[in-house]
Amino acid sequence: MGMQAFLDIFDIYLLEAVINGILLGGVLALLALGLNLIFGVIDVTWICYAELVMIGMYAMYFMVQYYGVSYFVAAPFTILLVAVLGAALHYLVIAPLLTAPPINQLLATGGVLFVLQSFATVAFGIDFRNLGIRLPVLAFGDMNFSYARLLSFVAALFGMVAVYLFMTRTFTGTAIRAISQDRQIMALMGVDTKRIYLITSALGGALAGLAACLLVLQYDVHPFVGLSFGPITFLICVLGGLGNFIGGFIAAFVFAEIISLGGLFSDLEWGYVLAFAFFIVMMFIRPAGLLARRR
Amino acid sequence: MMGQGRLAAWGIGLAALVALPFVYRDPYHLHILVLILIWSFAYTSWSMMGRFGLVSLGHGGFMGIGAYVTALLWNHLGLSPWIGIPISMAAAGTLALIVGYPCFRFRITGHYFVLVTLALSGIVLQVITATRDYTGGSLGYTPNRASGNRLLALQFDDKTTWYLIALAVWLFGIVVWHWVDRSMARYALEAISEDEDAAAAAGVDVTAEKLKITLLSALMTALAGAIYCQYQMFITPDTVSGIAVSLQMVFAAIVGGLFVSLGPTVGAIITILLAETLRIGFGTKAVGWDNLVYGVLLVLFIIFLPKGILGSLLDRLKPQRKVSRAHEQEAVQIVRPGA
Repeated sequence: MGMQAFLDIFDIYLLEAVINGILLGGVLALLALGLNLIFGVIDVTWICYAELVMIGMYAMYFMVQYYGVSYFVAAPFTILLVAVLGAALHYLVIAPLLTAPPINQLLATGGVLFVLQSFATVAFGIDFRNLGIRLPVLAFGDMNFSYARLLSFVAALFGMVAVYLFMTRTFTGTAIRAISQDRQIMALMGVDTKRIYLITSALGGALAGLAACLLVLQYDVHPFVGLSFGPITFLICVLGGLGNFIGGFIAAFVFAEIISLGGLFSDLEWGYVLAFAFFIVMMFIRPAGLLARRR
Repeated sequence: MMGQGRLAAWGIGLAALVALPFVYRDPYHLHILVLILIWSFAYTSWSMMGRFGLVSLGHGGFMGIGAYVTALLWNHLGLSPWIGIPISMAAAGTLALIVGYPCFRFRITGHYFVLVTLALSGIVLQVITATRDYTGGSLGYTPNRASGNRLLALQFDDKTTWYLIALAVWLFGIVVWHWVDRSMARYALEAISEDEDAAAAAGVDVTAEKLKITLLSALMTALAGAIYCQYQMFITPDTVSGIAVSLQMVFAAIVGGLFVSLGPTVGAIITILLAETLRIGFGTKAVGWDNLVYGVLLVLFIIFLPKGILGSLLDRLKPQRKVSRAHEQEAVQIVRPGA
């Protein structure tokens, strides 16, 4: 094979990886948005966020595979279920700890991570399961893209736009943004912070539910599936600046590209390793997050 | 300072612990004791950072490096664990410095620090899984049986030897804990955990102090991983590395008590006995149940008993304790949410 031919093929793969990275970035951005929302408003990090997604993926699996519900009917129920889980997580675990040191809140959600993982192990076993829906592969020139990824990307964008409209166009959304700016004053202004926290948690849960509906199209579900994209979501949020929605959005796409291009040369896991190395380097350059103002 | 009575109590307790395997030889119970001692050492290593408000969830990564590097060097290069363990500790220490330096230098604290270290242990797990051609991936890894000198290979069949090794390692951890507790570094780190800027203004080198304790903690955790690997002779990424192991350390330290030297040990006793009881009670169906109970207990402990069992007991026994440190006190409530 001549050098030129090699380069041609390489370029096609490279372009394919770049576009796949963008598609992956959509779902990662969705995950980061949910986590950022919770952090920005309630000032707590849900370590178990990816495990909520895992529960949602199981819900999709059972509804579609076991009970034969159509994918598009099952999806709203899954989103609702995870939203309720999010609200319950806040009501049962975070609310009693609101005045405790922040680290305790974080560790308590770590306990919930254990609970959700082992609940899934006990209830569903450790088998890998998939939806059994094989969406066609879209051929574009010499490049192949999976429909599942394309659909996820579009749905993730829709989800983010919906959240944006909710936050800017509704009274509740405005109250949520106000609280994220000043937690103490809003209570004095007559905003029911308890209610807003609960709504925000449900919204964060709903985003996790949406991510679950999309991820289940591409990945097998098992009790530990959260561990494969949980850490990367945390890195994205820290790199973007915790609570910074736009920073998280940009960081999600940067990381997705690194993972996708890294995976081009070797396994996907090495893409994660590259992403982590990149993260460490970025901490030296922009310690307060991508979009932080220089002091 | 340690009183005469307490010193005597420690002496008698230690003598009893050393004498135990010569009097009582039930292999199953000795096995549980060895596990408790090794994990106590790991939890103590974690608590050396945790007690100063440096909550790391990256220790699963350090433990995994300790275990895997030692085993890989032995299997692939035939390097004795006596050399392999220091190398694995150095590797974990280097990683701790690489991640710790930017964190501390650029004031990445609180949530940020937890998330960065959390990602670290996740990444170590990914690397072990990704290099499955060498590490066996998620199926686990077994160090080769030694054909020659057992001492050189650090492989022993009898439980008594392992019990004594584990006891020595555990005691070493407790001694280091007390050494830090009495050092100047402790006061510096306490000042840092209360107010970094004030500590820096008072002349404390914040970055250096934090790096030192992180390095010490990581080195000890790697040692725990290596000892665990040599004892069990079988490791999987899930049992020695990753987020679950990190959370397990936090959990045990908090259940036992973060601010007392024997707290993590008490935590290890409680968690391992709990896991074993559940395992025997549920039989083969136990998979998952022990962690389910763990998780629920962790949440309940953090909500209702944040100082841990031993810590709360000691508080109860000594009602007139000195004013508790800022990071032990509950945060001052400024506005009651929703009021």
